[in-house]
Amino acid sequence: MEEKLLKNEERAVFALRALYRQYGYLPFKMSKFEEYDLYVRNKDFLISDRIITFNDTNGKLMALKPDVTLSIVKNGEDLSGVKQKVYYNENVYRVSGSTHQYKEIMQTGLECIGDIDAYDIFEVVSLAAKSLQLISPDFVLDISHLGLLNSIFNQINASELFRREVSQALSEKNSHDILRLCEKHGVSDDVKSMLTEFVGIYGTKDTVLARLKPLCINEEAKAAYAELATLAALFSATDYADRIRFDFSIVSDGNYYNGIVFKGFLNGICEGVLSGGQYDNLLHRMGRRAGAVGFALYLDLLEELNAVKNEFDVDILILYDEDTDLSELVSTCKELTDGGKCVSAQKAFPPKLRYRELIDLTRGNRS
Amino acid sequence: MINIALPKGRLGEKVYAMFEAAGYECPSIKENNRKLIFENTEKQVRYFWVKPSDVSIYVERGAADIGVAGKDILLEYTPDVYELLDLNLGRCRMAVAARRGFHDDGERTLKVATKFTNIAAGHYASRGREIDIIKLNGSIELAPILGLSDVIVDIVETGTTLKENDLDVIETVVPISARLIVNKASFKFKTEKIENIVRSMKEQVKNDD
Repeated sequence: MEEKLLKNEERAVFALRALYRQYGYLPFKMSKFEEYDLYVRNKDFLISDRIITFNDTNGKLMALKPDVTLSIVKNGEDLSGVKQKVYYNENVYRVSGSTHQYKEIMQTGLECIGDIDAYDIFEVVSLAAKSLQLISPDFVLDISHLGLLNSIFNQINASELFRREVSQALSEKNSHDILRLCEKHGVSDDVKSMLTEFVGIYGTKDTVLARLKPLCINEEAKAAYAELATLAALFSATDYADRIRFDFSIVSDGNYYNGIVFKGFLNGICEGVLSGGQYDNLLHRMGRRAGAVGFALYLDLLEELNAVKNEFDVDILILYDEDTDLSELVSTCKELTDGGKCVSAQKAFPPKLRYRELIDLTRGNRS
Repeated sequence: MINIALPKGRLGEKVYAMFEAAGYECPSIKENNRKLIFENTEKQVRYFWVKPSDVSIYVERGAADIGVAGKDILLEYTPDVYELLDLNLGRCRMAVAARRGFHDDGERTLKVATKFTNIAAGHYASRGREIDIIKLNGSIELAPILGLSDVIVDIVETGTTLKENDLDVIETVVPISARLIVNKASFKFKTEKIENIVRSMKEQVKNDD
């Protein structure tokens, strides 16, 4: 009964909390507001730069938080070998992708910050996969490595503009515009074919790694390839290995992210529900030495998933009036609710209430 | 079943002909009736006609798995979708036009009339030019003639309308053509079906350059 009453997103919050606690992630609770300054300084890290602001009582410009990660990483000590592991469940306020309007978005996620290594990255990515699996077994987790694209850019000493335009086209799996951009910027044929080959590579580890290897021509790319291969090997032992795909169209901002980035999808929801990655660069920009990896899950999107439409609002509508014996009304309600029914006691028919059965306790109907 | 959103009008008809030639025909679409949705259960495809500027919304929101939209719409609304093919149809260009002999001396704010406010804003922002955008919904060519704006940013096909009204193209912003777009989540769960359609459509693309 209780289980049935919970909405998808509420059920997910409970299940995910238990999962994150199992791996030693501690809850992180934060305020709804944060100084606007924090977001201005890290504007590019945010999904949208539009933020709801207001003046605090002392005149300070504040913001309704559009993001949780920045608040978590802005403080903290950098100790060798130590990691801070936290999870959160917070509302954020930002312009949502497809509606282009401000929305309150319920977000849950976790961050692992500190002296992180390959194990931590696997732990976080696998927790992302397990989070999706808990919500629906029909999920896909796409993984990419930003080092691969960067290695190609660095090889040709690409301009800021070229990087931005090609990244955008890559995120659209748009090889025809990549070709045009290469021609416009006078890029060599070798690099042109590498970039278009790169767009076309996606799928499970067996298909991807073999095609990817010949494209890894410098040290940076080889290191990225090795990281992906390690991760792929670790995932092959899990029960959701076939749900892990490699897809290089995930292009998170390189000013903040480096290394592994990933995105999760659930069948039946039209956009990505999970996104995350390694973001050492953000911490370095904040003057910290540590590295970090984490993800966020957008719970509000789960509404779309197998939404069960109830035929009735209540099982039983009980009608009563001034002359109804109150103790009879109370005992009728108790009897029904004890029997697992949901009731609504009313003096008149509520115009929009849908009920399965009617019990009439008004005077004219009592024996 | 794969849902395909086609843009209403001449371009949409050409696009459907490509789908048909690619082996995804749906004969009922040619019947003259008021039906909105056309299905071929054997080929597992369902077509529907929507306003060209709405195609990207249907695809981004997952009501259509695949759609065909002009690059102008994609640049203006920047939907979060995959753009898998350039169909090389409906070719034209987004251009800046002005009255013959107009010279932008850069001394004052440039008044720009357009239907494509984001494209125009992005174009001038990239060169740091201060502009005043005037959003119009049609007959854009009128604006510079009546002095409403200095220039217009609009789609130019042959340039005949411009010429007849003493307007000249002064620069090309971006070339435009019809693109095949795909919902990102649909691509994850219907990968093979979508890939097959894209592959067959690619064979139908006529490259004239």
